[in-house]
Parts: sequence; structure tokens; C-alpha cells
Amino acid sequence: MSTAVATVRSNATSLRRLLPDWAWAVVFLALAILYPYILDVLIASPDDLLDASISTLGYIIMALGLNIVVGFAGLLDLGYVAFYAIGAFVIGWLGSQQFPDVNGGKGIHILTPAKSAFGSDLPGIHINFFFVIFIAAAFTAIWGVILGAPTLRLRGDYLAIVTLAFGEIVPRIFENSTSGIFGIGHTDFSNGRQGITPIDKINFPWSDTAFKYPLELKPVYYVGLAMVLLVIFFNRRLRDSRMGRAWIAVREDEVAAAAMGVNLVRTKLWAYALGAALGGFAGAFLATYTNTVNVDQFEFGFSVFILSMVIIGGMGNIWGVILGAIALSMMNRYGLKQLNGVPEKFGLDFDVTSINFGIFGFFLLVTMVLRPEGILPSRRRKLELHEAEIEGDVIAREEMSQLYDVRHEQ
Amino acid sequence: MTEQAAQALPESNGAAILEASNISKIFGGLVAVNDVSFTVPERGIVSLIGPNGAGKTTFFNCMTGLYRPSTGRVVFNGRDITAKRPDIVTRAGVARTFQNIKLFRTMTSIENVQVGMHSQLRSRLTGMVFHTPFNRREEKQSYEAARELLRFVGLRRHNELAMNLSYGDQRRLEIARALASDPQLLLLDEPTAGMNPQESEELRKLMESLRSERGISVLLIEHDMRVVMNVSDRITVLDHGEKIAEGSPQEVRTNPRVVEAYLGSQA
Repeated sequence: MSTAVATVRSNATSLRRLLPDWAWAVVFLALAILYPYILDVLIASPDDLLDASISTLGYIIMALGLNIVVGFAGLLDLGYVAFYAIGAFVIGWLGSQQFPDVNGGKGIHILTPAKSAFGSDLPGIHINFFFVIFIAAAFTAIWGVILGAPTLRLRGDYLAIVTLAFGEIVPRIFENSTSGIFGIGHTDFSNGRQGITPIDKINFPWSDTAFKYPLELKPVYYVGLAMVLLVIFFNRRLRDSRMGRAWIAVREDEVAAAAMGVNLVRTKLWAYALGAALGGFAGAFLATYTNTVNVDQFEFGFSVFILSMVIIGGMGNIWGVILGAIALSMMNRYGLKQLNGVPEKFGLDFDVTSINFGIFGFFLLVTMVLRPEGILPSRRRKLELHEAEIEGDVIAREEMSQLYDVRHEQ
Repeated sequence: MTEQAAQALPESNGAAILEASNISKIFGGLVAVNDVSFTVPERGIVSLIGPNGAGKTTFFNCMTGLYRPSTGRVVFNGRDITAKRPDIVTRAGVARTFQNIKLFRTMTSIENVQVGMHSQLRSRLTGMVFHTPFNRREEKQSYEAARELLRFVGLRRHNELAMNLSYGDQRRLEIARALASDPQLLLLDEPTAGMNPQESEELRKLMESLRSERGISVLLIEHDMRVVMNVSDRITVLDHGEKIAEGSPQEVRTNPRVVEAYLGSQA
């Protein structure tokens, strides 16, 4: 078993050494760009797979956001879905007909088509998608700070429980905001259980033509891909900055970090804010892609789903998290559907997609047993998890050096 | 002896850089530190000794903001730092090491020291993300400064993870990390614990060069009496949370209460 693992690992390393890192980046980027066309060539009806891939792009961004909070700063967050909800509602408010009375019923249009496809006026607020995603990110970041602030003194399990509660509270608030929010005013912010639909389609600021998904998927795939690339860039830069170092320091030892002049409050709030911002960023994208903002999407299972991507992929490692997100999301959106006929063949009557969480749970279990640091772990996390073994080593070496010194003195 | 005294005296005659007055710390019914007053003169090396459980580390923690003292005041450089957050105390110029080494174990030596510089660095989010010239210069400078500090404490393995360093090197790295915040006062909590005699001697030299080369005052908790007696201008002795003696190494060594505290009244 272990020799097999070692062989795989050495093969993987030698494969990686084949090309310099930048060349691998180019290869993967080229693959990602050509991906929709590759599907066209390989598969007769690629739309299902491409549709799943586009959602996956959104999930990658969220997993990378959660990775800042959990992987870098070490703050276990079980309520990440709250930020998905907030980001989605921002585009629900700024890119739909949810507020029909604004501007005397004529609506507000900022770089979006003023008429519907059928030529009628569009009431409501309609701001171009490429602005809304950044507004959503900023707004969600503020909520990241607001929700993070009360949890600052908590650690471990306690932190997890409080964040879990936030993940439950936020969607309930939206659900009940059909007549004012927090009981203030009478504006309908959410449409209750029906949710906000339709959401504006993406259009470039310089063009009046909206994208035509779900009929035409390639353009929206590229928008998602561009967002993912932006987020990867952002994450990498943060990881290698003074803030990234402070996050790891806080994760490793809060007391020591504080004694070294790291402001714990500020450092943790930045992690919450930036992690949340990416949740909102992706939330707005997924909302326009799925064409609806509905409270039913924002359930606890979603937080767990994103967290599993981070854990299975490799907490703290950007590439590992991306891999985890792709694996779980593609399995959820596409892979399991392919297995739907299987239980029948064994005379069983159930739907594979309906036990998806059972299947993810199984994978999580297998990962925890065989490879607790994830598929592609960060170097640091791996060390943390295997510290006991290595520590024994250091002690042995230490004892030897002391023996040596004793002899030396004699 | 006379040569040493002649060297030490002019350096330690400065005004007090740290003044702790009437510090008490009570945990529930336990009085860990009882009404202790204490000063560290500028450019002085002062030791705090006492049997295990005497309240030395608690006293340290009260001064660095990890504990809020139940009573008393801590003034550093004319500034009241009583019960201020640890990072504010560090920013004010007090750095410390820990009795049970608290390094960032999965970071390299250089990264550990760079975290110590955190409060000195000014890069903002935009700088970090877009690598502005300012950010790039700052990162480069902090990297160079970290290497310089590691050389100063005599640690050669700059890119080794902290957890893989030997015990003595970990102690050294802790000192380098504390120095990175550019302190005026360095608090060392049992720095020679686990070191062999040769390493202890190197550390003693290091403390003296801190004072002579960098003008840093040192407050030391230490059990190794050879180090304490050789390096200290003044020694304060705690027992059961109370100050039982204070004075030059010679005075403390011959003080009957100190002898009693260490060896028991039978001795």
C-alpha cells in the first residue's frame, strides 16, 4: 500500500518536473480556454457537461474564498452559505424587476438594455453585471465583518457553532423580508419563498445585447473563467503577503502572534471580509446563471459542500482547493446523474443523485482516513498533521547532539 | 570582577524604562503575584528569579498584556501600558519570548522573523494584491532585515522550518523574532532552558551585545544561576508571588531569605 503510494507520488513529482511551473500554468490555462471546444469535439451533446462546468466555476470561487477563512486563517466557518445568499440577493436587487416602483416605474438602467427582448419597458434597478459583482463583493465583505466581529473571541467548536447559526439566520431573514427588512419599511426585498426571478442576463458594458444562456453557454463560461482567474491571482498575492503571513501566524499560535505585534482583531476580520467577498462575488454570478435567487438554495448542506471541497482538495493550498471544488462539484452536477440507472440493475429503487450527500460523506471519510491533509495539501498543513512523527525525529536528533556534547566535554 | 562592575555601572544608571508598581494578579482564590513593584533601568539587564510557581511568568504576562493585572500600573517609557492589548504593548517597544517555545512551527526561520516585523510594515491591501513598488521594496527590505537578524543571533538555517530546528536554534529564533519588532526592552522567559553550557554561554554573550550594540534593555527570567549571576546588573527574587529580595547578584546570593526560598529553612 505505502509503496504504491510512494510510486504514485514519485511519478507525479517527475511528471511535474517535466515542465517549469510557468509552462504548466500555460498548459492548464490553454486547456481551460479550449475546454468548451474540446467538449464539442468529443461529445455529441456537450451542453449538460458545460452547464455543470459553469456552476463549478462559481463553486471554485467560493471554495477559494472559504479557503482564506479556514485554510489560511484557521477559522472554521460552517455558515459560508450566508455570503452566497447575500451576494445573490445583491444581484437580485440590482439586476431584476424586484423594485418595480423606482424612478416612477421607468426603472434605473446603468449600461444594461432598457427594453426587454420583446420591446417593452423594464422597470426595476438594472445595473451592469460587471459592476454588480464588485458591489456584491464589497457589500458581502461588510457583512463578513459584521458576522465575524462577534465570533472573534471564539475558537474551534464554539466558532463553528456560531457561524453555523449565522448560516441559518441569514437566509431566514431574507425569506421573511417581504415587507421591509428587520421590520423596517414595507418594501419587498425577497419575494419570500418564491424568490427573485428572472435575474438580468450578463451583458458587456459596451454592448446592448445580453448573453443568451441557457441556450448559448460558451460566453458565460468565459466570464466565469475570467472571474476564477482573477480570484486565483488575488488569493496567491494575499497568501504571499504580510497579511498572509499574519494569517498563518494566527492559525498556528494566537498568543504568540499577538505578542509579535499582530493585531488579532484586524487580521481575523480581514480574513472574514475577504473570504466573504469571494462568496458574494460568486453568489452574484451563480444567481444570474441560474436565473433565480431563492432561499431554498441557501441551506446548511451548501456550506458543508463548499467546506468539503476545501478539505478534500487540501486546506490552504490554492491548487488543491480548486481540484477539490472541480471534483465534488462535477460529481454533484454531472457525475452522479450518469449513475442514475445503476441501482435499478441491482433491483434497487432509488435515485443516485438523491443520496449525493451520503456519497460525499463517504469520500470525506475515505480522505480523512487515507490522506487527512487532502489530495493536494499545502506544505504547511501537511507538516501540521504529521508533526508528531517529525517531532519525534527532532527530539532524537536533539538527544544525540547532547550526548555528543557530553562526550566532547569529557 | 572590578572590571565587570566598572562596565556595568555607567550603562545601568539611566532612568527607568519600565516601571511596574504594585502589580497583583489573582486567579480565583489564588494570589499568583502579590503587590510587586519593579523597575528596569535603561540599557540594564535585570533578572527575575524564584522557585517554580513563584509567579515569575504571571508577572511577565501582566507586563506584556497577556493578562490584565488585578491591581497596579505598568509604565513603559512614560507611557501607561497597563492591560493594553499584547500587540499594542509590542508596538510600544516591549518584545518577549516564551518559556515553552511558541514559534510558528510550519513557517521558515525567515518567515517567523518577518511576522515579528508585522507591526513595522505598512503595506496595504492594494499594495499586497497589485505588488506596488512600495510593497515590493518593503518585502525585500524585510527579507534582508530578517536575514540580518538571524545572522546576529547566530542562526544559519534561514530557510529551514522552525519545527525542524534544534532546541537551541529555536530559542535563538525566538529571540530574533522578538528583536524584529525593534524593541527597546526584551523580556526573555527562561531562554537557556534545555541549552547545554556552551549554548548558555553564547546566549549570555548575545544578551550583552544586545545592550552594547543595540541599546536594548533585557529583563530575564532564568533558572541557570551561572547565567543570572554573570549577566545581571540587578536581581529580583519572587517567592509565592511576593518580592522577597532585590539587589546586586552579590547581595542576593547572600540574602538569607533567598537561600531559604531555594533550599528550605533547614539548610
